[in-house]
Amino acid sequence: MSKEDTALEIHDMTVAYQKKPVLYGVDLELPPGKLVGIVGPNGAGKSTLIKACLGLLPLSSGWVEIFGQPYKEGKTRVGYVPQRESVDWDFPVNVMDVVLMGRYGKSGLLKRPTKMDRRIARECLEKVHMLPYAKRQISNLSGGQQQRVFLARALAQESDIYFMDEPFAGVDAATEVAILTLMQELRDEGKTLLVVHHDLPTAKEYFDMLILLNMRVIKYGPTEEVFTNDLLQKTYGGRLTILSEVADAVKDREGE
Amino acid sequence: MDGSKRLRFAVDQTLGVRRFMGWLNGRFIVMLFCVWAPCVHADRIGDIVETTIFEQALRFFTFSDPSLRYALVGAILLGISCGVLGSFIVVRKMALMGDTLSHAVLPGVAAGFLWSETKDPVAILVGATVVGLLATVLVSLIRQTTKIKEDAALGLVLASFFGVGICMLTRIQKLPNGNQSGIDKFMFGQAAALTQQDVTLMFATTVLTIILIVLFYKGLLAMSFDPAFAVSIGLPVKAIHYMLMALLAFAIVVSLQAVGVVLVSAMLITPAASAYLLTDRMKHMLVLSAIFGMLAGAIGAFLSFLGNNLPTGPFMVIGASVVFVLAYFFAPKHGVLTRWYRHLRRRQRVRMENMLKAMHRVMEDRDFHGEGVSVKELATLRRETLEDITRTVQEMVRNKYVTLGEAGNMVYFTPESFNHACRIVRNHRLWELYLTNEVDYQADHVHEDAEKIEHVLGEEIVRKLERALDYPKTDPHGKKIPEVRDMSGLPQEIATGYGKGRN
Repeated sequence: MSKEDTALEIHDMTVAYQKKPVLYGVDLELPPGKLVGIVGPNGAGKSTLIKACLGLLPLSSGWVEIFGQPYKEGKTRVGYVPQRESVDWDFPVNVMDVVLMGRYGKSGLLKRPTKMDRRIARECLEKVHMLPYAKRQISNLSGGQQQRVFLARALAQESDIYFMDEPFAGVDAATEVAILTLMQELRDEGKTLLVVHHDLPTAKEYFDMLILLNMRVIKYGPTEEVFTNDLLQKTYGGRLTILSEVADAVKDREGE
Repeated sequence: MDGSKRLRFAVDQTLGVRRFMGWLNGRFIVMLFCVWAPCVHADRIGDIVETTIFEQALRFFTFSDPSLRYALVGAILLGISCGVLGSFIVVRKMALMGDTLSHAVLPGVAAGFLWSETKDPVAILVGATVVGLLATVLVSLIRQTTKIKEDAALGLVLASFFGVGICMLTRIQKLPNGNQSGIDKFMFGQAAALTQQDVTLMFATTVLTIILIVLFYKGLLAMSFDPAFAVSIGLPVKAIHYMLMALLAFAIVVSLQAVGVVLVSAMLITPAASAYLLTDRMKHMLVLSAIFGMLAGAIGAFLSFLGNNLPTGPFMVIGASVVFVLAYFFAPKHGVLTRWYRHLRRRQRVRMENMLKAMHRVMEDRDFHGEGVSVKELATLRRETLEDITRTVQEMVRNKYVTLGEAGNMVYFTPESFNHACRIVRNHRLWELYLTNEVDYQADHVHEDAEKIEHVLGEEIVRKLERALDYPKTDPHGKKIPEVRDMSGLPQEIATGYGKGRN
């Protein structure tokens, strides 16, 4: 099997926050050219899964590979859209500055942004219909506009696999449609998108494949196979109390 | 006497706090007034003080004194490096970290002194840097191993290190060569005590800071704005963070002599906070902050010199604070007074637009026959007194919205203001119609909302409303909605606040 056949492979990944495990033994293989949603209740570890893949959190066990390479080598092929609330929108930068940050990974630490970088950044802004706002300070944007800026920054990364943390959270209907259209275009270009999603009804329409997550992978597969009452019940129902109790016990034991 | 009291007593005794407070209470306040308001006080105390101040000022501006030159250059250099580094501290919400670091280096300063047995800047630099780094490590250690949060951990380390430092200084004062050491200058700073070696060290630190910040600007920006993203694209975020911390420690240590341990953090925070109020771009903020730091440094050196080598730190901080107060009130976008002024202007515009609308209404009621509208008609319609109406009309005449008849009781539109009136009426009626038809408001509920909205609708939204309502002719009350073709040659800027962004 060529390494281009698997966009993302996660093997037996366990992640803990301050010794309390939040994700158990995750095994996943994402093919290229798919729009994949992660759904699950609050505290299921959806964002944690993404952050662990990106190397933002240490793994307790297991490994992650991007196109058959460890993250360090594969990082230039990765695009990331963090949660909108994760940054301070009063920060003294304008829209263009933020989108240019998407080019930093490609151009290296020391080089100034080139004309080419600026051109790409402008094109990406155009794709999310934000070019007229290029000079706007970021605090003067609506929630939907801020999300589009983050999306443009990820587009500027020109990646093959995108990790998006709740891109639809708190955006207006027009932005939601625009973001979805863009995701579908990326998918049709053969990119892989892994998207944390909060809203079950739309999850069924939006994604090709779904990961049902609640501290472990309940089920992963094509949406029509996975989106069943039974499995959703299993994901959202309170059947995991024992698992979380054990997690608490592990933490207490370690704390002693 | 319990421990803390004894400690404070010791501090008072040995570090000249009392002497300093004495200065503040007495002669020094008078001197300050002489600087700022010489004409007022010259009569009373001029004979005693004026010559000294004048001579000192002359000495300052001729730069004849070598120690003065060092003091000034040193103050300016520290202003630059603290200003630049402070910008990153402020936008990364790490102001308390700067404060902690600056207080925590005191034991290092004392250790450096004890080790070299003189005030050797290199020994002091090494000692302070080591202790400063130890303090940051301790803060992270406390945070990671207990449930104590960052702010408490910072406060804890700050206080305990500072306490140890003061005890050590007390010991040094008691040494045979302690009193002449000048080590007490580290509390409140004394720019005049800077030697050539000190200034060289400051110069090197400032140049190094600027070079590294320019070189790693992209990384610093990305990791300050969005650290998770910066890690995900593979920037060496940790390394850059420690580089910034190390530069910060250097800047603090070389500044100690001139500003003092107690106030050096103000030189990190105040100029940067002022710059933050004045600009929305990081690059501009860095430059502005450096300029403010420089200004504050120079002012501090000057005032301290005028008062015969008073502690420099407090004066620098006063200088920086004055800049901040000015920025707080007068910053073009975020200043309190500018915002208040904009608010007044907006209210004035609404008042005048309402009057235009009333004039339009009067004209409309008589099918636009006749030219002017009388003040009395307006007063009846607006249910205001003649005086109030006259005042607003005069305001409008001054702003060239309307002209007044010779008798002073008839008001006439100008072509522009007639269009403006049509536009407001159009906004009002379109919005009423939209609320009634699309949002299912009751027809008698829509007026008040429209009274506010009419002043803020931009051209683009009005067009959208029109399209959504399929180009209506009349509003819910049966009145005609003025059409675009009723108006022509509209001066855009007096219209309905387009493109002005959020106010």
